[in-house]
Amino acid sequence: MSALKNANDASSASSASSSKATTTTNPASKVWRLPKDIDTDNLAPGAYMKLPVSEIAKHTLESIRQEFASSVKAGDVIVAGPNFGIGSSREQAAGVLVELGVRAVIAPSFSGLFFRNAFNLGLLLLTCEQAELIKEGEHILIKQETKDDPLLGKHHHFWLECEKQKDLQCSSIPDFLMQMIEHGGLMNVLKSKISKASTSLL
Amino acid sequence: MTYATRSDMGVKGTHTPKPQTLAQKLIAKSAGVDTVSTGDIVTARVDLAMFHDSSGPRRLKPMLDSLGAKIWDTSKVVLVLDHYVPASDAQSKQIVQITRDTAKEWRLKNVIDSEGICHVVLPERGHLKPGMFCVGGDSHSPTGGAFGTYMFGIGATEMLGVIVTGEIWVQVPQTLFMNWSGQLSRGVCAKDMMLHMIARLGMNGGAYQAVEFVGPAVRALSMQERMTLSNMSAELGSQVGLIAPDQITIDYLRNTRADLTDEWCGQALAHWYSDPESQGVRYEFDASTLSPQVAAPHSPANSAPIESYGRERFNVAYIGACTGAKLEDLRAAAKILKGRKVASGLKLLVAPASAREQQVAKEEGVIKCLEDAGATLLANSCGACAGYGFNFQEHDRVISSTARNFKARMGPASVDVFLASAYTVAASALKGELCDPREYL
Repeated sequence: MSALKNANDASSASSASSSKATTTTNPASKVWRLPKDIDTDNLAPGAYMKLPVSEIAKHTLESIRQEFASSVKAGDVIVAGPNFGIGSSREQAAGVLVELGVRAVIAPSFSGLFFRNAFNLGLLLLTCEQAELIKEGEHILIKQETKDDPLLGKHHHFWLECEKQKDLQCSSIPDFLMQMIEHGGLMNVLKSKISKASTSLL
Repeated sequence: MTYATRSDMGVKGTHTPKPQTLAQKLIAKSAGVDTVSTGDIVTARVDLAMFHDSSGPRRLKPMLDSLGAKIWDTSKVVLVLDHYVPASDAQSKQIVQITRDTAKEWRLKNVIDSEGICHVVLPERGHLKPGMFCVGGDSHSPTGGAFGTYMFGIGATEMLGVIVTGEIWVQVPQTLFMNWSGQLSRGVCAKDMMLHMIARLGMNGGAYQAVEFVGPAVRALSMQERMTLSNMSAELGSQVGLIAPDQITIDYLRNTRADLTDEWCGQALAHWYSDPESQGVRYEFDASTLSPQVAAPHSPANSAPIESYGRERFNVAYIGACTGAKLEDLRAAAKILKGRKVASGLKLLVAPASAREQQVAKEEGVIKCLEDAGATLLANSCGACAGYGFNFQEHDRVISSTARNFKARMGPASVDVFLASAYTVAASALKGELCDPREYL
């Protein structure tokens, strides 16, 4: 999908009196390269949709990359061509990647429906126009800077460092979506909102 | 969840009317503001949430229970059992049972069980009208856009958020106007228009923006044909596929619900359209020169005019799904098949999208035409299109009126599925190979 841009998040606007930034870097992640147009049937094949996510995950990408589900390690990242996640609304397509421990999916564009599902399940998607420059098997660093901007509100800026490229820019992510990643998905966000609401009623 | 909008921050007291697209008007209404701008992220109040037996209770109930939360408004929820019915194995039976039990426990008022596919039965039962903001637990939910409804698909977890809060966030999209001039030839229909648009823009060409179908060739379409356009907006990758309501919309709605006053209809027509000065990207198409379109495996974007294909043999012809087995699709197939027989060695399978529509087709003699030609009728459900229950066999070569021909979706990876209109599927069933329906019209 085209990047979410200039999101104004009321929940952070009050604390955004000045622009400030903190930079974080996570351990290097091994890259699995995938082609363009990876669809939801590649990720969560229909024939296994009756089963729990832990079972569907064993068949993730089996129609195009047989060894993926058994070989992928927690913390690995997927770098794909454009249009990642096209097809069905089944959120298991993102759920299986969470189940397998995939840290992030990086692609020039995503299906909008998949984009929403991924954040709702706590899976980080990074929209990077130059994703094609990243190679199979190399290790990349995902760098993150949180910005508190008086106009835009709080948002999160990402860039990638791989062996030959040190500054692959990604579209920034508004804070309300990063909250989903930090909490591990919308369910946990709702849980904390509901417990806060019940406390405030006392 | 509330987010400030740019329009909230506008200077008060200077009132200049801001031209709005249909998408912007629908979002503004649901967000409770006068106008919105492209890129704004707003919180919309949801008028209707639809989910089915796959995306619904079996996924939602455990999450709702763990939150200890309740549904915000059961009168705004519609549950449809269409994916795992008729239940073909123990797991499907269990899913269907959980769905029915939960519907009782939640005291859902609107449950449509084994009577058709959600996107078709929802408007059939009068649940949609212009001006509504709706979500569906299925990717083909943009079908509702044919009624001037802002409707899109979401996953189960996001649906949980909706049924707990009654709200959802949305980023105001740009509008991509698909302007169709001219007039369709006989044997060419909305499905061909859609396959052509997907080939031109690509499967994610809609970039999660709002598509709006406009122009005389769109205005000339019946509601069911318009639904086919909006339905396959999913394959264009747009969030919604809208069509401004007109007299054809009002006539359809009045057949499905009795509560629409003349005043309401007049207001709906006077408000729910894109202002002429509103901004958007425009794509031009000519219906007069359009041939029947066929999408080769394994993507709807692999579409090309039927004349560009060589010989393609098939052993299965499938007329099914919300995309391709509505009443008008059945009528189209019957026009081709009447008094003829399908090729020997070919199976023609027909899964009408709705039980009520099947009844109408029966009364019209349409079903008899199909059966006399050799068609086997299947249940009023998603069937092979979802790939959950009934599947095609190894090395089957299939021509299908459905929406997606992804590898390994409708059966093993060795299955080749070609997509086309019900006209083209029927004509190809007669020959046992790809056939231009205009030969029979």
